[in-house]
Amino acid sequence: MVTDVGVREISYIQAFNEALTDEMRRDPTVMVMGEDVAGAGGREGFEDAWGGVMRLTKGLYPEFGPSRVRDTPISEAGFIGAGVGAAATGLRPVVELMYVGFYGVCADQITNNAAKMHYMFGGKVKIPLTIFAGTGAGTNSAAQHSETLYSLFVHFPGLKCVAPSDPYTAKGLLIASIRDDDPVIVFNNRQLMGLRPEGHVPEESYEIPIGEARIVREGSDVTLIGVGYTTHVCRQAAADLEAEGYSAEVLDLLSLSPMDEDAIVSSVQKTRKVVIVDEDYPRCSMAGDISALVAEQAFDYLDAPPRRVTPPHTSVPYSRPLEALYVPNKDDVVAAAHEVME
Amino acid sequence: MSATKLDDKTLLWMYRTMLTIRRFEEQARREADAGKLRGMHSAVGQEAVPTGVCVHLRDGDYIFGTHRSHHHCIAKGLDIKLMMAELLGKATGTNKGKGGTMHIADIEKGMLGANGIVGSNIPVATGAALRAQVQGTDLVSVVFFGDGAANQGVLHESMNLAGIWKLPIIFVCENNRYAQSTPFEYAVAGESVADRAAGYDMPGIAVNGMSVLDVYEVAGEAVRRARAGDGPTLIEAMTYRYMGHFGADNPLMYRTEDEEDEFKARDCNRQLKGYLMENAIATEAELDAMDEEVLEEVAEATRFANDSPFPDPSELTTDVYVSYR
Repeated sequence: MVTDVGVREISYIQAFNEALTDEMRRDPTVMVMGEDVAGAGGREGFEDAWGGVMRLTKGLYPEFGPSRVRDTPISEAGFIGAGVGAAATGLRPVVELMYVGFYGVCADQITNNAAKMHYMFGGKVKIPLTIFAGTGAGTNSAAQHSETLYSLFVHFPGLKCVAPSDPYTAKGLLIASIRDDDPVIVFNNRQLMGLRPEGHVPEESYEIPIGEARIVREGSDVTLIGVGYTTHVCRQAAADLEAEGYSAEVLDLLSLSPMDEDAIVSSVQKTRKVVIVDEDYPRCSMAGDISALVAEQAFDYLDAPPRRVTPPHTSVPYSRPLEALYVPNKDDVVAAAHEVME
Repeated sequence: MSATKLDDKTLLWMYRTMLTIRRFEEQARREADAGKLRGMHSAVGQEAVPTGVCVHLRDGDYIFGTHRSHHHCIAKGLDIKLMMAELLGKATGTNKGKGGTMHIADIEKGMLGANGIVGSNIPVATGAALRAQVQGTDLVSVVFFGDGAANQGVLHESMNLAGIWKLPIIFVCENNRYAQSTPFEYAVAGESVADRAAGYDMPGIAVNGMSVLDVYEVAGEAVRRARAGDGPTLIEAMTYRYMGHFGADNPLMYRTEDEEDEFKARDCNRQLKGYLMENAIATEAELDAMDEEVLEEVAEATRFANDSPFPDPSELTTDVYVSYR
């Protein structure tokens, strides 16, 4: 897949933006909408004033114009629902739900329409809709603007869910999501957007297949499973463990639904110990789901019970010292790895 | 300016409240610029709206805010020391540091919370009005929201409920012309929020939100109607946010300096100051002395906030439930 010789390092935001731009050039049915995705509502002299709250859609309006790049009123139920209808009738809308906590305003459209129409209508309608949403704590934004909420969406059959963990996966997963005929939720962690770019991102278009995890670091003593931002945390922890003489394997989940069960099970069968690191609320979570999977399918291989590292069962605090205790960090992961390795 | 006859004490209370909002917001901006908090939504320019509304309220009435609610809190009488401490995430804050700038609440003062989800508070405020009606009180509920929230379905559902049940609620749309960067002329079909009241059997009144006396008059009638059991009112106060949406953004990315100047020329604080002087209610020296007092109060609040401790780590998991067993 990679043809370049040099390393092309770009930010998460640039990689995501590049994927959107490429797909809009390739396919005239791809359109983008959301709050301030261009900004200023097309006001003359101020076109593309904003480019989305995370600047993920910057530059699309000048290139593709007001028909395919639409600022919306703050009406999530309306415009996410309109995305479902446009998708059902021939477009491939890519819609921004600014922060995932805003899902509540439009949950009906996502879970009762987008997720179910294909099934209810006997497979006769496709909903090739992509929704992307900002997630994650660590930005002093308090309880309503810092959530992760993977499991709410994963819970619903019919929705696909992906969580990129770096610029390379942001580009490849977004392209795959737009081309997918099912509705896909793309979770963009805000802390990942602030990190220094690392790793090669090919200039050409590529897909990362939905449903496949990847091993970002081979190891033999323990498997660390990360989802989105926590993959970054697992990588840091693996480096610390290496300095202590342990060999940690890091599995980057990438696809939450469908989930790559084989990759998880085979890694755990190899290392015989697993630490699952998830930033979402701990109850009924990806971490719990993966833990159950490992217990059911790899029990005989395990040297220790699966260990989950998550925030406590509480809303996200505003105060920075409390917030620092909330998000799983590398020290938490190293400590958990020590526990399972005894 | 309105010709409403107001007593001097009320006028001076309103001026002091608006000054306090202005000076608090300016200091909060400095605290944010120093890196002590992020993403703060400032209400400079919008002082007249909550001041002209809350002056009619009394103990037991509830107000509900938005992501941009420092001015609502101050107009309803919250302690700025506790507010500033909350902004800095301190244990002494209104919310013990757990909520921050977007979620300030003080139940005893009748502020049932700022809310970060656009439009989310509107039905909750409707519920407070329901309680006031069910219990046979003459208390009222006031919900502030922006022109952005005018396009959320939940506003329409709530106005319909309030309309059919004649609930004692005042829906106050602070139309500051921008939802983030999106102009209301673009986002609001028909370019009037007030006109939407017609569909829900309540008066819908657009008012100059840069004039506290105009807001005072319109809000006074709305509160009287609500207390008398005559039902809800929708007020659209035409105002202007001087700063960017959350501080780090430059509003000149999406609007002109000429437009900003046009509104700043009608600054609500300066207008009221002029009115007080013209009508010999206070001299300029007296009003400037009041400003000095307010500045000192804000400085004291800032010292209090900075000197306060952060919450104990154990607070991370308290308040999740009232009782968990």
